Amino acid sequence: MTVTAVRKDPHRLTLTVEAEFDASIERIWQLWADPRQLERWWGPPTYPATFTKHNLAPGSRIEYHMTGRAGDQPHGYWDVLEVEPPRRLLLHGGVANADGTPNTEMPIYTIRIGIEEVAQGRTRMSIESVFPSTEAMEQVLAMGTAEGMSQAASQIDAILAEETIQH
Amino acid sequence: MVVSVQIAPPEFDPLFGALADHTRRDIVRRAISAEEGVLELASHYPMSFAAVQKHVAVLERAGLISKQRVGRRSVVRTNLEALLVARRLLDQYEELWRARIDRMNELIAETDGAIDTVETKESKR
Repeated sequence: MTVTAVRKDPHRLTLTVEAEFDASIERIWQLWADPRQLERWWGPPTYPATFTKHNLAPGSRIEYHMTGRAGDQPHGYWDVLEVEPPRRLLLHGGVANADGTPNTEMPIYTIRIGIEEVAQGRTRMSIESVFPSTEAMEQVLAMGTAEGMSQAASQIDAILAEETIQH
Repeated sequence: MVVSVQIAPPEFDPLFGALADHTRRDIVRRAISAEEGVLELASHYPMSFAAVQKHVAVLERAGLISKQRVGRRSVVRTNLEALLVARRLLDQYEELWRARIDRMNELIAETDGAIDTVETKESKR
């Protein structure tokens, strides 16, 4: 188990995941700082991510897209707000148009990454995601997994079914 | 897309503001059983009936409770769907990150032997 803590706040639409790794703090930073490594873990093998623009400098924009099995390519971007290698990263994320420009009609979510050494060769990373709306969460989920949309649909069905039983 | 419209109608988000208040959260809890009207609810709190009525109105606007006729009475009932949907989305998002962290671990294990070269070559800063 590398995930050491998960905190959810449905009222503030915030999720915090903490994980510990047997690796140096520099090694963990590279997971974010190197786009080729990011591509290895951001999307699942069935829905890989490609980062076409990536520079972890304040004010810069990171551009990526996912590739679905049907050839669909939803685009996304992050605006880099704060960078403090190898410890801190603050990003605003959103949905982009096919040409990579931000889709300004879509909501913006925040990801705050904190990395700290807890022991020699052991590093903790915390990832806090804050969403402005449930719609934004839905979009991020759809971008993150190929199954996002259909999963959401079946979950809604399940909730509505539960609700019926309670009545 | 149809699904996102179902999950997040525009009026959905006042829900989270409505829940930021302790009294309103308590009203939501009490109204799950849908037994009390506004007058009975008001008796639980050290504040005026008008103040409680205002809280009820905020919750109603947020779609979190609704008034329902039971015989000749009007009772306040909690609408659970909205809260459940937010909760499920957070659960799904947790799963997404757990899968990512698994992949991070695989990547770290795989590159363990080659860390030095990877880091010196790819550090751009």
